[in-house]
Amino acid sequence: MAKQTSFILKSFVMAATIITFGILLFLIGYILIKGVPYLTPSLFNMSYTSENVSMFPSIINTVLMTLLSLMIAIPFGLFTAIYLVEYAKRGNKLVEIIRLTSETLAGIPSIVYGLFGMLFFVTYLGWGYSILAGSATLSVMILPLIIRTTEEALKSVPDSYREASFGLGAGQLRTVFHIVLPSAVPGILAGVILAIGRIVGETAALIYTAGTVAKLPKDLLSSARTLSVHMYTLSSEGFHTNEAFATAVVLLIIVLLINTVSMVIARKVTKI
Amino acid sequence: MNKEKIKITGIDLYYGDFQALKNINMILPQNKITAFIGPSGCGKTTLLKSLNRMNDLISDCRISGEILLDGQNIYENIDVNLLRKRVGMVFQKPNLFPMSIYDNVAYGPRTHGIRSKVMLDEIVEKSLVRAVIWDEVKDRIKKSALSLSGGQQQRICIARALAVEPEVLLMDEPTSALDPVSTSKIEELVLELKNDYTIIIVTHNMQQAVRVSDKTAFFLLGEIVEYRDTESIFSMPEDKRTEDYITGRFG
Ligand SMILES: Nc1ncnc2c1ncn2[C@@H]1O[C@H](COP(=O)(O)OP(=O)(O)OP(=O)(O)O)[C@@H](O)[C@H]1O
Ligand SMILES: [Mg+2]
Repeated sequence: MAKQTSFILKSFVMAATIITFGILLFLIGYILIKGVPYLTPSLFNMSYTSENVSMFPSIINTVLMTLLSLMIAIPFGLFTAIYLVEYAKRGNKLVEIIRLTSETLAGIPSIVYGLFGMLFFVTYLGWGYSILAGSATLSVMILPLIIRTTEEALKSVPDSYREASFGLGAGQLRTVFHIVLPSAVPGILAGVILAIGRIVGETAALIYTAGTVAKLPKDLLSSARTLSVHMYTLSSEGFHTNEAFATAVVLLIIVLLINTVSMVIARKVTKI
Repeated sequence: MNKEKIKITGIDLYYGDFQALKNINMILPQNKITAFIGPSGCGKTTLLKSLNRMNDLISDCRISGEILLDGQNIYENIDVNLLRKRVGMVFQKPNLFPMSIYDNVAYGPRTHGIRSKVMLDEIVEKSLVRAVIWDEVKDRIKKSALSLSGGQQQRICIARALAVEPEVLLMDEPTSALDPVSTSKIEELVLELKNDYTIIIVTHNMQQAVRVSDKTAFFLLGEIVEYRDTESIFSMPEDKRTEDYITGRFG
């Protein structure tokens, strides 16, 4: 009887794994087959024209948008998490409120962030459709993610490290920055990678904040489309479906690259 | 010679509503080894941590009474970090940082402002030698400390504590996680260190208390039942409860 149950359970687990992997492989294969043949060098020309829909400006814009968003979100997120975990007293009302808020914010659809960004950054602050408004919106969007993953990473650092540090006469600040934070780096990086994934893949929050201009930006107040927005625009216009697939291939490669690089960094950091 | 290093008067300690220490009074003499013994949960660790204010880290912990270190009240007008530099601690489980052996030992001195590499090198070597671990690790002090055996790690922990040149060393069951060979190494080390430090050691091992300590305090339910010279407490316990405990007839 027990043997039978365990056999059935095992089959289910196997089937689920195979199906998951199958879908993933199919998806990647489909994109590659549809996209790779159209990956021509001209798609990487310096500038975009309506005949040659080069994705080069969008790649640069994506990189800029990602860096800028992270530069805003990481400091805020990191310090908030440090405050919540290391400084605030357990059961503090303010902490509960911040935590509840950030958990709620994490579940809000990105189009809502887009709307907020449009009303606040684009219109109220007068930044217009721009890289600045786009990355500000994105950093608000990824902030809860960064806070939560950093919190988890800090909490998973054993208390015995903190005890040892305090026991040697180190203060709170030194303990946090020399002992706790370095041990938490892999977890924090994992959060940052997730955040990068969300930034690179985002369209809804960007269309009405950063706009869709497919040029290299002159400054932070220029409108700029990222790769995902580029892909979305191409496929919604309907004239360049093949190029949209080619863009998807590049997007896929970029995400893979980011993941590998961050994994290597994480390993370097944890190793002594 | 028998100078009072630490004087504890009327200490009551609460975790929330639970009273973990009840009216503790004792004098810990300088350059002696004092052992704390007693069944699990009787407050040995709690009292130990009161001596360098590690209890401050627990939010619902309240303490009243007086603890004097060289005549100075450690719960009044004192820099806690400097107190912990003077009163070092070795924990029950080895708790090295995930860094190299060198960085572990150098962490304390660096914390207290020593930057010179020459001085740090010297302190690290001296501390490792004092903790009788230098010969075993001298070829790999830049390697991760976590790859060492439990007994080696605990001796590095002792070296790390010694590196800040404390006056008092608190040891919370330092050998409870170790094999007999490592245990006897650490016991020898403790006896060796007695000349320069005032040592307080918590132990569940009666033989260990007899082997290393000059004085022994027997705790029960947050109170000190008996506190006298180790020899006399083990040969002629005054209290029935002490006798039951040290002869192993307890709970
Ligand atoms: N942080 C805490 N919060 C609440 N109660 C605690 C806390 N730490 C210890 N206690 C309680 O205080 C009492 C004394 O604990 P303590 O750790 O000092 O015992 P101990 O004598 O060291 O025991 P052991 O031999 O098992 O280490 C126990 O009843 C314990 O449950
Ligand atoms: Mg204990």
